[in-house]
Amino acid sequence: MLVIAPAFADPVSANQATFRAVMDAFARPGSVRALTAAELAPPPPLSRGAAAVALALLDYETPVWLDTRLAAERSIADWLRFHTGAPLIVEPGRAAFAFIDDAARMPPFEAFSLGSEEYPDRSTTLVIRVDGFGTTAPLTLTGPGIAGRREFSFAPAPADFPARLIANRALFPRGVDLLFVADEAAAALPRSTRLIERA
Amino acid sequence: MNAPAYNFAYLDEQTKRMIRRAILKGIAIPGYQVPFASREMPMPYGWGTGGVQVTAAILGPGDTLKVIDQGADDTTNAVSIRQLFAKTAGVCTTTHTAEATVIQTRHRIPETKLGEDQVLVYQVPIPEPLRFLEPRETETRQMHAHADYGLMHVKLYEDIARHGHISTSYAYPVKVDGRYVMDPSPTPKFDNPKMNDCAALQLFGAGREKRIYAIPPHTTVVSLDFEDHPFEASRTQASCELCGADDSYLDEVITDDRGGRMFVCSDTDYCEARREARP
Amino acid sequence: MYVAVKGGERAIKNAHLLLAAERRGDPAVPELSLAQISQQLAHAVDRVMTEGSLYDRELAALAIKQAHGDLIEAIFLARAYRTTLPRFGASEPVDTAQMEIRRRISATFKDLPGGQVLGPTFDYTHRLLDPALAEGSALAEPAQAEGGDAGPMPRVTDLLAQDGLIEPSPMADPDAPVGDLTREPLDFPAERDLRLQNLARGDEGFLLALGYSTQRGYGRTHPFAGEIRLGEVEVEFFAEEVGFAVPLGRVTLTECQMVNQFQGSKTEAPRFTRGYGLAFGHCERKAMSMALVDRSLRARELGEELQAPAQDEEFVLAHSDNVQATGFVEHLKLPHYVDFQAELVLVRRMREEVAAQDSGQAPMQEAAE
Repeated sequence: MLVIAPAFADPVSANQATFRAVMDAFARPGSVRALTAAELAPPPPLSRGAAAVALALLDYETPVWLDTRLAAERSIADWLRFHTGAPLIVEPGRAAFAFIDDAARMPPFEAFSLGSEEYPDRSTTLVIRVDGFGTTAPLTLTGPGIAGRREFSFAPAPADFPARLIANRALFPRGVDLLFVADEAAAALPRSTRLIERA
Repeated sequence: MNAPAYNFAYLDEQTKRMIRRAILKGIAIPGYQVPFASREMPMPYGWGTGGVQVTAAILGPGDTLKVIDQGADDTTNAVSIRQLFAKTAGVCTTTHTAEATVIQTRHRIPETKLGEDQVLVYQVPIPEPLRFLEPRETETRQMHAHADYGLMHVKLYEDIARHGHISTSYAYPVKVDGRYVMDPSPTPKFDNPKMNDCAALQLFGAGREKRIYAIPPHTTVVSLDFEDHPFEASRTQASCELCGADDSYLDEVITDDRGGRMFVCSDTDYCEARREARP
Repeated sequence: MYVAVKGGERAIKNAHLLLAAERRGDPAVPELSLAQISQQLAHAVDRVMTEGSLYDRELAALAIKQAHGDLIEAIFLARAYRTTLPRFGASEPVDTAQMEIRRRISATFKDLPGGQVLGPTFDYTHRLLDPALAEGSALAEPAQAEGGDAGPMPRVTDLLAQDGLIEPSPMADPDAPVGDLTREPLDFPAERDLRLQNLARGDEGFLLALGYSTQRGYGRTHPFAGEIRLGEVEVEFFAEEVGFAVPLGRVTLTECQMVNQFQGSKTEAPRFTRGYGLAFGHCERKAMSMALVDRSLRARELGEELQAPAQDEEFVLAHSDNVQATGFVEHLKLPHYVDFQAELVLVRRMREEVAAQDSGQAPMQEAAE
């Protein structure tokens, strides 16, 4: 028999709390926000944090793409479909949200929807699972949401991540938005963030 | 009959998710107007439906809400919106700017400097800064796409040629983070400098026009001007008759039919706090 | 004086009490029941259901009662409730060819399969106020058709289509998503499904005036009322869980198919084109106006010159919604002290400058910070 792990017992306030954490993360790029997701036990390797984000933001209006690791585990698709009703798609360029478990090997950003000059909002938001924040050499960020500069790092990261971030910013106002989630924390790099390169 | 029942903060969860997604895109693209599927609200279009939808989508049980209209907490529409949320969301409400976590406003930015943990939600009637220069959405969308704001500069320049200065006194256009020209909602231009490098997140909701946009904290917001005609944040040169403030935006109150008038702070919380602090 | 602008909370409470008392009127007069409104003000209920996009006679009657008979206010109440309802999907397309007909007229053919059925209509009444109605009077029993079943009533446009005289009805792609402007904000240019949805929800008076303008030469389309039909149709919903369409019930619809002239081109033989109108309940004026405006808005697709307001998609679709329109017009009642003050400062400054120029003095500077 198919058993699907439950979502939040009180979805209205849990989803609001998750959203506010994500909103604050977007509004203050590179700052790490607490997520409350201890109550969740989604099928692995889907993290509790990613599951909370899925519950807060997905529904039948948001096509979702899963990376190879997440797509390999059928119970994840079942869990997402059951709780959110979101259509799971194989074409990343049509995804409103892309869930990535293997951060070090995430596809190039151009594989996703980058929006158009007229409708830059019609772009993919990447939800990337990470082990943690602030444990590796930091990037120095500036831009909207940052008073002066802010240092930020996440692990694991692809080796070419700084170059990707610079290329993404160069597309502005087009581009993808990045949300990094650990089990109980989230941070974001929206497309507006600029990277300060080391001298 | 199926007796109507309503959710926390009135909006259903699916609507909130849709608005929340639009807010995130708005924050990611500062100053860009994100189209969203604005819903009918239990109040008329043009009376704050956009602001109310944004507030309903972000509000949680731990929030403290302040609602102002024309700077005042006690104007009827502010009272009505505050009551809607007190009733449907059971949140704490306040009139004190510093105590609020979410402030919904129509036409003003509070005089008290906003902090990092606050969100300012603006009610917006016409979100498109170019709308009165070009009525067609298809055209203005192209102008934003190509950052082609020549029309706006021509308009402002014609003002200077005709009047000697720019004759826009409220809803004065700004440029956000060097890219999008944005309508700040019909706030007096006196308030424009408060938007720049503001510590609070600023969210804008236009219900009838179905647009949401945002200014993240600490974002550069510049009022459009010309080198030889720099922007001025003007106010009436007078002091508040009640608290004596000479730095606040003033309402003019007609006191008789012989030309008598007095000036009082438009921000009632600012004015009351100043009066209470007096020995 | 300043005190006068305070006390908003008490003012609102008292205004609501007064409003409720006005709604009820003289308590000596019996109160209206929802059944009375639904039965005896049926056209008002139909309009609220159509423009409120909510098929529920009882809730529409409640909205009319609560709105003191102000139909736009009632439409607003219905919409504000509808928008909070959970959504399960879209119904299967209804088949109006299978409608159980109560009224069916064609202005293009004197007789046709199924015949002309006049049904309940004001059309041929003499508009003379009837004092007998003021008191209420016994009614004569309406006549019943002999033989009962009139047989099938094919749609006039289907008859024309057999000879290729009218453009084919666009084939719906069953897999294409059903557009819904209450779920996705409209962008331009808009597809016909969204345009029709917008018009179906649009204000009857606005569409009436626009449709009328096309008859008076502003984007003329040479319309004929091919057919107007009123009756009941089945609504079905395809339930994924059980794998087949389940009946939800029956709704009353008014459908209007306009048949319009089209010149054709060098490569295309002339043929008739379509304008379509559909409304909940008995809303004939609305369905006809909608069909006229639908046809006008197809100007771009048909390669016609765009010159009239009714052909201007952005203008029509952006201004058809009476709930949006009334809200924004009436919002002018809200205080605008702050903006007006900003304008006062500016106008005074400009007047001072003019006065100073006249008297050759420098203007007084206002504070700038």
